[in-house]
Order: sequence, then C-alpha cells, then structure tokens
Amino acid sequence: MTSVFYVAGAVALASTLLVITRASAVHALLYLIVSLLSIAIIFYQVGAPFVAALEVIIYAGAIMVIFVFVLMMLNLGPRAVAQEHAWLRPRMWIGPGALAAILAAEVIYTLATTERADTAAALVAPKQVGQSLFGAYFIGAELASLLLLAGLVGALHLARAAEKGEA
Amino acid sequence: MRDWLWLIPALPFAGFLVLALAGFRMPRRAIATVAVAAVALAAIVAIVAAAWFIAAPPTGHAWTQTVWQWFAVAGFAPTIGFRFDALALVMAVVVAVVALLIHVYASASMDKEEGYARFFAYMNLFVASMLTLLLADNLLLLYLGWEGVGLCSYLLIGFWYEDEANGRAAQKAFIVTRIGDVALAVAIFLLFTRLGTLDLAQIGVLAPQTWTRGDGAVVAAAFLLLGGAVGKSAQLPLQTWLPDAMAGPTPVSALIHAATMVTAGVYLIARMHAIFELAPAAELAVAAIGAATLLLAGVSALYQRDIKRVLAYSTISQIGYMFLALGVGAWSAAILHFMTHAFFKSLLFLAAGVVIDALGHEHDIYRMGGLRRALPTAFWTFLIGGASLAGVPIVTAGFYSKDWILSEEWTAGRGGHWLWAAGLVGALLTSLYIFRVFFLVFFGAQQRAPVIDRRARIHVPLVILAALSVVGGLVQVPRTLGYLPLFARFVQTALPAGREAGVGLEAGLELVAAVAALGGIVIAWALYLGHPGIVAALGRAPLAARLARYWSSGWGFDAIYDRLVVRPYRWLARVDQGDVLDEPYRGIAVAARGLNHALSRSENGKLRWYAMGLAGGTAIIVALVLFA
Amino acid sequence: MVPTDVALALAGLLFMLGVVGVLARRNVIFILMSIEIMLNAAGLAFVVAGARWHQADGQVMFLFILAMAAAEVSVGLALVLRLYRQWSTLDADVPSSMRG
Repeated sequence: MTSVFYVAGAVALASTLLVITRASAVHALLYLIVSLLSIAIIFYQVGAPFVAALEVIIYAGAIMVIFVFVLMMLNLGPRAVAQEHAWLRPRMWIGPGALAAILAAEVIYTLATTERADTAAALVAPKQVGQSLFGAYFIGAELASLLLLAGLVGALHLARAAEKGEA
Repeated sequence: MRDWLWLIPALPFAGFLVLALAGFRMPRRAIATVAVAAVALAAIVAIVAAAWFIAAPPTGHAWTQTVWQWFAVAGFAPTIGFRFDALALVMAVVVAVVALLIHVYASASMDKEEGYARFFAYMNLFVASMLTLLLADNLLLLYLGWEGVGLCSYLLIGFWYEDEANGRAAQKAFIVTRIGDVALAVAIFLLFTRLGTLDLAQIGVLAPQTWTRGDGAVVAAAFLLLGGAVGKSAQLPLQTWLPDAMAGPTPVSALIHAATMVTAGVYLIARMHAIFELAPAAELAVAAIGAATLLLAGVSALYQRDIKRVLAYSTISQIGYMFLALGVGAWSAAILHFMTHAFFKSLLFLAAGVVIDALGHEHDIYRMGGLRRALPTAFWTFLIGGASLAGVPIVTAGFYSKDWILSEEWTAGRGGHWLWAAGLVGALLTSLYIFRVFFLVFFGAQQRAPVIDRRARIHVPLVILAALSVVGGLVQVPRTLGYLPLFARFVQTALPAGREAGVGLEAGLELVAAVAALGGIVIAWALYLGHPGIVAALGRAPLAARLARYWSSGWGFDAIYDRLVVRPYRWLARVDQGDVLDEPYRGIAVAARGLNHALSRSENGKLRWYAMGLAGGTAIIVALVLFA
Repeated sequence: MVPTDVALALAGLLFMLGVVGVLARRNVIFILMSIEIMLNAAGLAFVVAGARWHQADGQVMFLFILAMAAAEVSVGLALVLRLYRQWSTLDADVPSSMRG
C-alpha cells in the first residue's frame, strides 16, 4: 500500500507549492487545507491513526478555520489581490529559492547516506499514545496546556486592544 | 644643624602642598600666613645654619646631608642629599630672604586677585625648587630643581591665563629655556658616562684627574653646561623670553626673573667651575657671551617704554656682568654681584610695582610723572635701587660688586682689556637707562593721580631691601677703601680665588668706573629733565627712528628667530600632518566607521530580511555539521 | 512498509517550501501560512521517525507541535489584526522602524 503514500505525497507537494504562489489569500488557504489532508493520509499510512485524526480535526479543522475567520474580518477584496500580483515578481524567488535549494540539498544528502529502513508494519495505537502522553511525557502535556492558556490570554488582550484602538 | 638642612627646601614644599590641596577653601589671611610662614621658617633655618657654619666651619668646608636613596639602577645610585658649603650658603640665604620679603609684599599687592591660593602655591613651589637646586649635592637633584623652577616660571608668567597673550609669553619662556635644559641634560649624560658619578663634590675631584686641559670631552661638557645656563639666565642667544615674561604679576617678576631663577645659570657655572677651568675655550665663550649680552641688553633697555621691560633688559644685562666675571675666573665676584643684584633688582621691581598699582596698571613710563611727592617710599627706594644698579660709588652695594668685576676683567689675560671696556660702557649705559626711568617717572608733571597704598606689608619690604642695597656690599671692601675681603675669604672655601690687583691700579679703575656711573646720571638728567628737546630732535632723524625701533625690539632677535626657527617648524608640522605613520591610526578609525556603516545597513527592521538571515545561518551551520 | 528516507525527504521538501514562502511573500498572512507549512512538515518528520521505531514518542511530539501551532496562530493572527489597524496594510516590510 505504499502507492497511496506516494500519491498522497505528490498531492501534498503540489498543493503546498500552490499555497505559496497564489495571489489570493483565500485560495492559498484552501490549497493549504488540501495539503494538510494529504499529510493526514500519509500519517494513516505510516501507522499513526491518532495523529491522522488530530491533523484533520485540529490542524485543518481549527487552525485553518481561524485563518479563514481572520481573512473574512480583514475583508481584503480585489485590491489586495492586485497588490499581491505586484509583489510576486519572479525576481523575488531567486534568493529564497537558492537558499531553500541549498538546505534541501543538504537534507537529501544526509538522507541518502543513511541506511534504508522501512516503517514498522504494525500501527501505533491511540492507547499507546495516551499511555505515553500521560505517563512519561506528562509534564509536557501540562506545559502544553499552559502554553495554550498563555496563547489564549495573549490573543484576547491583543485583540481587545485592537478593537478599542488603544496601544 | 646639619640634620636640619632638609628643612630649607622642605618647608616651602610643605607650604605648596597645603595650599595646593586645601588652598581653595582657606580664607585669604590663612593662605598668606601659610605661604609667608613657610618661606620665613626656611629663611630662619638657612640663616641659623649659615651663622653656625660661619662660626664653626666643618671639615672640608661643607655639610652634607643625605636624606634618602632616590633609586639604584646598575650601579647608579643618586640620593636626595643636600650640600651646604659657602657658595650654597650665600645663594640660599639670599634667595630665602629675598623670597620672604617678596612674599610679604605679594600678600598685600595680590590681595584683590582671583586665584590667591594658586599664586602662593606656585610661589612656594618655586622657592622650594630653587632651594633644592641650590642645595643639591648631585646633578640629578639639581636638574630636578632646575626643571621645577622652569615649571613654576611657566605657571606664574601665565598666571592670568584668561588673556591669551600671557599664555603665549609663558609658552615662549618655557620653550626657549627648554632648549637650554636639553643642553644641560646632555651635559649631565656626558659627565655621567665619562666620570661615572653625578655627585658634585666628586665631579670636582675627578674632572681634573680624568681630563687634561682642553680635552674634547670636557670642552663639550662645558659648552653644553653653558648652553643650559644661557637658557635659564636669558643670555645671548636665548634671551628673548625674559622681556615677554613681564606679562606675569610684579612679585613674580621680582622673585623669579630678577633675583633667583635667572641666576640659576650663574650658580651652575660657578658650581661646575672645575669643568670650566679645564676648558678655556668655554670660559672665553662665557665671557664673550656675557660682554655681548650686557651691551646688547643695555642698549635695548634705553629704548623701552614699559617700566618692567626696562628692568627685564636690565636683568639680562646685569647677568651678563656675572657671566663676564665667571668667564675670567672671578667666581666670587660673580656671586657677590648676584647677591647685590638680588637686593637692588627685586627692590626696583617692587618699587615699580608700587608705581604701576598706584596708577592703575599703567606700565608706560611716558604716561607717568611727578610721583616724587605722592609716593615717597617708592621714590626713595627706587632712587637707592637705581643708584645701586648704576654702581654709585661707596654708598651703594652695587658699586662694590660691579667694581670688583671690572678690576678682575682688567687683570685677566687674553683680551681682558676689551672685556673691561665692554663692562665700562655697560656701566655707563646702565646708569643712563635706569636714571632715564627715574627722572621720567618721578619728576616732571603728574599725568595721572596716583592711588596711594599705605599698607605696611608694601612699604616694609621695600625699606628692608633698600637698606640691604646700601650695606650689602660692605662685606667686600677693596683695598682703596680699607681692606675687608670678608666675602672673598669666605667663598674661597668653595670657589677658587680670583686675582688681586695692586692698590694703585684698583684706585684708577674705580675712578674710571665712578666717572662712568655718575656721568650716566648727569647725561640722563640732561636729556630727560634739563633739556628734553635734545631727545626729541634726535628722534626726528629717520635713521634714528629706525634704530630706535630696532633696538627697542631687542635687536630684532624675535623676528630672526621667528623667520629662522618658528616658521619652518610650523610649516614642517603642517606638512607632516598626514604622514605615513599617521595613516594606520586614521585608517583604523576610517575602517571602523565603514564597518559600522555597512553593518547598520543590515539592520533594516524588515522581518523577511531577518528571516533570510536565519535561513542562511541554518544552511551554513548544517553544512558545517555535515561536512566539517 | 513506507520507506523512511523517502518520507523524511518529503518532510524536508515541504519544509523548504515553507521557508521559501516565508522569505518570498510580503503579505503577513502568507508568511503565517508558510510557517504553518513548516510546522506541519516538522511534525510529519517526527511521526515518521516514531513509526519507524514503533514508538508513541513521535506522535506525542506531534501533539505538542500541534498545541504550540494553535497557540502561535491565535496570537499571531491577533497581531496581524493589530498591524492592520495601525498601518492599514498587511505588508511585512512596512513596520521596520527598529532599524539600525
């Protein structure tokens, strides 16, 4: 069933490429959601059904939705699209493209010089993940919740101040 | 008593420390008290030591006290030590007493000045340095005192530093004497490398043993010492600084530039007489310089309008007399003249100070006049001082010392007659110029009403100095007037004896000198009081006007030096501003600035720029980890 | 069954695409989206690695990344709203007053 993996991988790459090259933010977001869904399929293939579900529910379902909400709030319109076109000159891609190519080459080189190994046949069940999360990585879980609390408070403060127009 | 020698320079130095550290907080009375007391105590110790010394002369005719070892390097171990012999005794006592009187005078005359504490701190430091110089037992300590007096001279000439001209005068004094100081330093090096010691007594013993008369090294050393003396004593060719040094307050001129610092050169040559006796060429040079200077300065003094400048040129001229004496081996005569000159010249300066202050800082003698009734103390003391300077026979101290010098000149070999003639013409010029000032200032019509200062502190020192100017010479009465060579006998323990002429010769020489002195007075009276039209008529001839300008500027030495030395040096400094050795230092600054410019362009506040930096850095680090 | 090195290479490529997006786009929304891409790629790498060794650690790590991404997105978007209110633009080059 590795063919599913390859297809999903190709879709992920293509949609990610489209995300970064779109002029319209909403289109880019939709492509990003497609990319996330294909990554979720890859997770499933690799034997991690729990995180596959989480990817869809939380990443694509919550985080991307926040993005959509903000975009709707900003209400950008066609003027913004035109501006994006103005900014997206081919010249802009040279520097980042070169840098990314160097880094990608390094990663590929590293991977090429390691031994081949396949992922395990059996999957890692959610129960196992739960035991690990609330066992060995318990403190991590607590800290993650603290982090979310901090994010909540921060976002609340910033957004409220933005609405009232104060500093 | 020998153990108390160190107090003589130490007490004024302590006064300096107190005034320098705490003077700004002390009331004027306290400052004056500290300063005067320091010098007074030093003077008392010096006088008591002198009395003891005379009453019970020690073996070897010198007391030495070593206070401590200065340093010890590779066998060279100079000490802070003091040597009290007849020469040092005379000079130290004179310096201390005159300094005391001038301090008392200054405590009243500088009363209204800002920087009262600063003034007295410098004055005390000066007295301490001068006494160190005189009492030093080795050349290194002497050089310390030498530099110290140079420094204080600079500080005190430029005392009123807010006026730039005073600062320039102080700089000029310092730089010109520096030339002499360098010569002295090289002389010290030379003496040390050849003789292995800087101890004055030992040099006196070793020099004749090491060198024969006329040896190149000793002649070089003698000329270098002469160079040092010429700088400090304002003789040809380094005399240009002294007239400008009159920019300082009058007590400074009286103390430093009349009685004490400028005679340091005379002391140096007298002390190093062993070296000079081995170098006849140098001795001749000393005498020639003395003769030329005394004539040159005498003529210049005749054309000055500023009363202090007259006295400055007069000082240069009188020190020329001392050099003249030193050059023919009349060591004691030079020292006696130093003593009498200290008395009458400081008296003249202080009296001039009284006149200047009374007329509201007026220095031009042609704007003074008729002060005879208004300022009696100044009048009489100036008269006595002027007479002593001119060498009026018998009643003044100056007569005895100047006469002794002249008779020594005549009896010297090798052109002694010419030197005598120069001295005689100088005597005529001297009485002419000083009585010119006297008549112009104290007689004639009053041009400005003087403000009279009745304070005792002003008048008492004048009176005391006047008394000394009269009786100071009686320690050396020549044969023609009853023979009393106390001074010569006393100083001979430290300096070689001079020659003695026969009574008849002496009488003849004295007569001629007396005629010159009195004749000068008569001519001055005639020209400036009796028939003033003559001078005006003479002055109308164009040649006379040009000559007058030339002579009043000190024979154009300032202009010559400016063209020969100052301008080329300034040009060189300007041209050399950006030279090859400067470039590395400037280059560092330029590079730093350039780097700053470049690096601050990289901090442009743009988010994506920094993200690029992160990405680039990551790429490099990953590459390093992988491949290195 | 899935070759680990290919999966990790995929994660690397996705990460690179995210980097390119961050550097090349001027709109802050796009920059944030590209950051999400990068986070996701890193999470993919973790999960694949965990699956290779048949351990739950990879997935636990992905969970933490998820939580962090959520917090980051909320705060980041609140900041974007502030930016828009202050400068009326979403250009990332405009707020550059902290320059040297």
